[in-house]
Amino acid sequence: MLGPSVIVFREVLEAALVITILLAATRGLTGRNRWIGGGVTAGVIGAVIIAFFAGSIADAFEGIGQELFNAGVLFFAVLMLAWHNIWMSSHAREMVANLKQVGNEVTSGELPFYFLSTAAGLAVLREGSEIVLFLYGIAASGEGAAQMTFGGVLGLAGGITVGVLLYSGLLRIPTTSLFRVTGWLILLLAAGMAATASGYLSQAGLLPSFAPLWNTSGFLSEHSVIGQLLHILIGYQARPTAIDLGFYFGTLILIGTGMYLISKQKFRHASHSRIF
Amino acid sequence: MKYLIFMIFICFSSLVAAELPVYELSIKDHRFYPESLEIPAGTKVKLLVKNQDATPEEFESHQLNREKIIAGNSEATIYIGPLDPGEYGFFGEFNEATAQGKIIVE
Repeated sequence: MLGPSVIVFREVLEAALVITILLAATRGLTGRNRWIGGGVTAGVIGAVIIAFFAGSIADAFEGIGQELFNAGVLFFAVLMLAWHNIWMSSHAREMVANLKQVGNEVTSGELPFYFLSTAAGLAVLREGSEIVLFLYGIAASGEGAAQMTFGGVLGLAGGITVGVLLYSGLLRIPTTSLFRVTGWLILLLAAGMAATASGYLSQAGLLPSFAPLWNTSGFLSEHSVIGQLLHILIGYQARPTAIDLGFYFGTLILIGTGMYLISKQKFRHASHSRIF
Repeated sequence: MKYLIFMIFICFSSLVAAELPVYELSIKDHRFYPESLEIPAGTKVKLLVKNQDATPEEFESHQLNREKIIAGNSEATIYIGPLDPGEYGFFGEFNEATAQGKIIVE
């Protein structure tokens, strides 16, 4: 009974944290619940379909289909998060201004919501299909359905609770700095995802496997609750290889540079129009 | 373009994979057989994990930094190494109580 709840909790946690950060990052925007909710729903449906085809996905591409799928999903999510952050870096100021005007209805402007939708959906897709496979395994091995359901629900509730806690914590941040904080969170989230994706590519034999540069698992294991939280939030890995670090910092620098260039361009544009 | 790069990757990987030593691991009744597998140090090897149970299992190893779901009654390929001598534990995440094993690198 405890087994299912722990595993479901671990899988739900990752998706819950991603969704939480996306919700905080779009605070005050009309329609965001519908879009993110839609992404989550599509992710759940997709997860069941993926779980059903797990065998054929794994067999594809000479037995490395699962790694390619996971890496593909992660890289796509990184792309969506990068896009969001770069878009926000040019619009955050207006959004903050709008949020501060009480009673003034906030409009989403031209925020392309579908990439938030996609990012939320992808987070659910990858983790959800593992939950489905795991619960199917338990069901097939004959453990009581009631126990399985109870364990699953317990794990789901636990994961969502952590998400809610993080969300209420994020909402305590003053509006003026909220988007800066969520911007950083999304940046680190994306970098961690890229590093995880590179791990799948080396598991598939597409990237070389190197010995880890260091090992901090004795100090903070990725398997512990805090270690796992940090793994999801900032991409903590107890045994990172040079390739993992390369992908991590490469992503960080690429998105960071994009955000910087766009916000600078916007600023120049704004001062230009003020002069004339 | 992406497709092209992807295909080059696949061709490249199959070329490389063809020369790698293959080690087999089975899963039966939620246990690994053998539970301890010896592989040479400093060599990349191909691990062929055959799941003979009807239920899916997730091969996971923190030390090896590997995780892979293996559907019921099917097999999966996992590349590991080159590794330094030592013991590297792995387990089946879906049946952690019984599915435990280690790779001994010499």
